[in-house]
Amino acid sequence: MNNFRLSVPPVAKRGELIAIRLIIQHPMETGFRLDASGRAYTKNVINGILCRYNGAEVMRMELSSGIAANPYLEFFTAATASGEIVIDWSDDAGEKGQARATIAVN
Amino acid sequence: MRGIHTFLVALLFAISNAYAGAQLPHTPQRVLGVVKSGTEFQSENTRKLQADDFSNPGSLWIERGEQLWSTVDGKAQKSCASCHGSAQAMKGVATRYPAFDKAQGRVLDLEARINSCRVNRQGASAFSAESDELLGMTAYVALQSRGMPLAVSIDGGAHPTFESGRSLYYQRIGQLNLACNQCHEQSWDRSLLNQPITQGHGNGYPAYRLDWQKMGSLQRRLRACFYGVRAELPPFGADELIALELFLAWRGEGLKIETPAVRR
Repeated sequence: MNNFRLSVPPVAKRGELIAIRLIIQHPMETGFRLDASGRAYTKNVINGILCRYNGAEVMRMELSSGIAANPYLEFFTAATASGEIVIDWSDDAGEKGQARATIAVN
Repeated sequence: MRGIHTFLVALLFAISNAYAGAQLPHTPQRVLGVVKSGTEFQSENTRKLQADDFSNPGSLWIERGEQLWSTVDGKAQKSCASCHGSAQAMKGVATRYPAFDKAQGRVLDLEARINSCRVNRQGASAFSAESDELLGMTAYVALQSRGMPLAVSIDGGAHPTFESGRSLYYQRIGQLNLACNQCHEQSWDRSLLNQPITQGHGNGYPAYRLDWQKMGSLQRRLRACFYGVRAELPPFGADELIALELFLAWRGEGLKIETPAVRR
């Protein structure tokens, strides 16, 4: 669950738009696939991703079936202050993951 | 007189043909004309995904392999790094695989080589076929040779395996009664339904297939072709698959290693 890659620019100018990129290893089981005996695999997708920048929410996402395995996302935020970017996520099975990165703003 | 003349011409023709056959080796270039990597048949978006090391989903498996490289395991309490040092020592290794292993007297592909190290050197259990661990480690080792041309040896101990791979390649199999070459040599510039048929090279494997939604080995891809022609699937690690892998590597000689490639 906790295999991921996070990319945040280590240094940015104040007010600059920065790209945050995240890729999480996850099967994103849709719940629609059937096994050999015809039973559906239990749905298990990452259902929520929350990104906080120095504690303040900057991005929240709700996900559902229909998103490919190992989701990749890229979003932008303004570099306001030096500090930490923390991204939390959880899936239908109740597993949680977290990615962190620091950024220096000058 | 005329009969003798015809006979002599026919005889000369037969001799010169036999001579040409002996002189000109059956090289990959002669088989295909031009050797093209599977990447060239992919959409622009797929190629972009492969080219960007961050968004390439294969990177997740590479990272797993990188962790395993220095993870101590087994009775011998060794990691890969204990013997090999930095993973950069693996540079160029993947270009030579599958290769003949003298100690075991058989041809091993990179996956089998890694598992042989695990069992014989680390005293650990072999990674199971298609596990994230085996795919990750294989991809991480192959990555060290990215951009280097395939150059396997088909001489010596590897030769019988190579020949059986070649004969299997041209053997019609399955309910559809198709041989590999009918698609991948005779029809590679055409399409099947709406998808281009490729030359079927293995230089990007282990690769991330969008179809599979995960990383997979060349053996898995080969089994998919067996399934496609409705033939019996050889189990992972089967001699047939290793032989085909060796033949394919020879046939793609000079193609650059692209692991982790992204395929449709």
